[in-house]
Amino acid sequence: MKKNTVVKVNNLSKKYQIGKKENYLALRDKLVDMVKKPQNIFKKKEDKNYIWALKNISFSVKKGEVVGIIGRNGAGKTTLLKVLSKITRPTKGEAKLRGRTSSLLEVGTGFNPELTGRENIYLNGAILGMRKGEIENKFNDIVKFSGVEQFLDTPVKHYSSGMRVRLAFSVAAHLEPEILLIDEVLAVGDVEFQKKCLGKMKDVATSGRTILFVSHNMGAIKNLCQRVLLFKKGRVIEDGRPDKVIKKYYNSLEAVGSKTRKQSLAKRKDREGTGQVKVTNIEFSSVNGSRIIKSGGKARIKINYLADKKYSTANVILSFISNPYGDLMFRFRSNNSVAGIQLKRKGKILCYTDKLNIMGGRVHINIGFFIGGVLADYVKEAVIFDIIDNNYLGYPCQDTRKDYYTLIKHRWQFK
Amino acid sequence: MKEITVIKPLNKLKIIDFQEIYRYKDLLLTLVLRDIKVRYKQTIIGGMWAILQPLFTMVVFTIFFGKIAKIYSEGIPYAIFSYSGLVLWTYFSSSLGNASNSLISDKDLISKVFFPRIIIPLSKTLIGLLDYFIALVIVFVLMVYFKFIPSFKLFLVPIIVFLTWLLVTGLGFWLSAFNVKYRDVRYAVPFFIRMILFLTPVIYPVSIAGKYSWLLYLNPMSGLIEAHRVALLSHQNINWGLLGSSVFLTLVIFILGNLYFKSVEKYFADVI
Repeated sequence: MKKNTVVKVNNLSKKYQIGKKENYLALRDKLVDMVKKPQNIFKKKEDKNYIWALKNISFSVKKGEVVGIIGRNGAGKTTLLKVLSKITRPTKGEAKLRGRTSSLLEVGTGFNPELTGRENIYLNGAILGMRKGEIENKFNDIVKFSGVEQFLDTPVKHYSSGMRVRLAFSVAAHLEPEILLIDEVLAVGDVEFQKKCLGKMKDVATSGRTILFVSHNMGAIKNLCQRVLLFKKGRVIEDGRPDKVIKKYYNSLEAVGSKTRKQSLAKRKDREGTGQVKVTNIEFSSVNGSRIIKSGGKARIKINYLADKKYSTANVILSFISNPYGDLMFRFRSNNSVAGIQLKRKGKILCYTDKLNIMGGRVHINIGFFIGGVLADYVKEAVIFDIIDNNYLGYPCQDTRKDYYTLIKHRWQFK
Repeated sequence: MKEITVIKPLNKLKIIDFQEIYRYKDLLLTLVLRDIKVRYKQTIIGGMWAILQPLFTMVVFTIFFGKIAKIYSEGIPYAIFSYSGLVLWTYFSSSLGNASNSLISDKDLISKVFFPRIIIPLSKTLIGLLDYFIALVIVFVLMVYFKFIPSFKLFLVPIIVFLTWLLVTGLGFWLSAFNVKYRDVRYAVPFFIRMILFLTPVIYPVSIAGKYSWLLYLNPMSGLIEAHRVALLSHQNINWGLLGSSVFLTLVIFILGNLYFKSVEKYFADVI
C-alpha cells in the first residue's frame, strides 16, 4: 500500500443469499428437515439463490480525495460501504483502510425515543465511535449546529421528525475520522438544513479527510466530489471526473429505456383484440422530447397506429404499471374527457401529462384500444421507461421499500 | 504511521478480544446507561422494582412452601432462606432473558454500525448487577431482623456473583447469537428459565433431592445459589464439591459461548 493511499480495495466480492434475510429459519423447520431427510444433515446445502452484490471490485483512494459513488438501486453501493465499515464481511477479496474510519449509513442510528436530546447526543456519538471526552468537547457545537437548544432536555419522542434528523445529523457532522463513509444521508431534513450539511461536509472534505459518498443527488455529487465511481450490478463500470461519469450514468439510464423501445411494437404478436386497430409505436418522453423523465416533470406520450378503416368511436386506455412490482399506479382513459377519438387509416395520438408526482423507478404502460366499446388492440408492456428521482418534494424520498408511488407535497404543523 | 485495517473474508478466531472491548468501553458504558435510564423512565417507583420482584416472590413462596408445605429450610427461617437464593436467581434469570433478546432488539445498530457485537449481550448482563446489589440490601435487612451474624465467608459473595456473571454471560452469548438465526429462542428461553428454577436449590435445600442430588451437579446454578446462601448466612458449611462442579461447568459454558458467538457473528448483519 502506497503511502498516500488510504483506501485500497482488491477484488472485493460479496455474495448474498436471496430470501434468507426475510425468512429467518425456524429451528422447527430445521429439525423437521433432519427427521425427514436424515441424509441431508451432513450434506452442504447448494445455494442456488444468491446474487453477487459486489463482484471483483478494485479501486484505491488517495488521502484527501472525495469520491462519489453512484448507480441505480441495487448496484452494490451500500453493500460496499457496509463491507468497508466492517458491518458485514466480504465473501472474497480484501480491502485495506489506513486510519480511523467512521461510517454513516443512516442518521440517528440507535436514537432512543425515551431519552432526552442531550442523552441521545451521547448515545449516538458513542455508537458512531466517538469517545466520551470527544463528545463533551464538541457538545456545544453539536447543539448549536442542530438548532434544538430549547428542547435539549425533552425526550426525543416529542420531537418533530425534522428536529430529530437535525439533531442526529449534527452529531454525525462532528465526527472527525480520517476516512468517512457516507450513504445518502443528506436525503433528509429540509432544504435549508441540507445546504448547511453540504457546507459542513465541504469543510470536512477540504480539511484533508477522505470521504466516500453514496448519493442519488447528482447536484451534491458534483458539488462535493473530485472523482466518481459508477456502479452497475456489483461492478465498477466507470471511474473518473464527476461530469463525465454522471453523463455516462444518465446515458445508461436512457439506454435501458431505448433498448426496450426498439423492439418493434408493430411486430409483436402477443396482443389481444379484434385487430381493427394496431398500435405500431409508443413513445414516452418529456415535453421537449428528452428521454429522461424526472419525477415532477411533465411528459408526452405519442402513439402511432394503423387502422383497417376510419372510425369515430375509438378510445384509448393507458395503464401505468410499476415495473417489476406490477402494481397498477394509475390509468389514463381517453373517454373520460373525449367522447370518441377519430381514427384515420394511419395516425398519431398525443397525450400530455401534468407534473408526474411519482417516485423514481421503472414503469411500463399497457395500452388498450377500444372501438365502440370492443377491445380492438391490447399490448402489455408496450413501452418501458424510467422515472428519475428529482427531489420533487424538495427532499429526496426515504422510502426504499417502494410500496407506494405517489408523491404529494405537504407541510406539517405542530401546535 | 496510521494503523491499517484489513478487511478480509475471515479473521482469526479469538476467544475474547479484550483489547477490542476495551477500545469500545465508552460504548459499552453508554449502552448500559441507556438501558438503566430507559428502564426507569415513566415509572413511579423506579429502582424499587429491583427489590419488589424477589421480595414478593419470597413472600408468596414463604406462605406456600414455608408455611403450608413446610419445606425443610436447613434450620433457618424460610423467608431468609428463599430470599437469599431468589436474589441471585433473579439476577440470573432476568439477565439471561435480556441478553438472549439483546441482539434482536438492537438490530438497527447491528445492520448500520460496526462495533464488537459482543458488547450488546455483555451490556445486558452488566445492567442486571445493579438490580442485584439493590436487592441484596434486603438480605442484610432480613439478617438483622432474624439476628444473623455474617462470618468471614461473606468475602465469597463477590466471587460467586462474578462466577454467576460469567455463567449468564456465556449462556447469553450463546443464546443471543442463536436467536439471530433461530427466533425460537425468544419463546423457549422464558419457559426454560421457569423450569430450571425447579431444578435449582432456590426454594428447597440441596439435601431434599436425596438420591437424585447428582442431578443438581449438572446444573451450574445449583452450586452458586447454594454457596451464595451459605456465604451470606453462614448457617452451615459450603458444599465445595457442588461449587466445584458449578465453577467447572461455568468456565466451560463461558468459553464455548464465546467461541460460538465469535464463529457466527460475521453473519449477523446479513441474517438479522
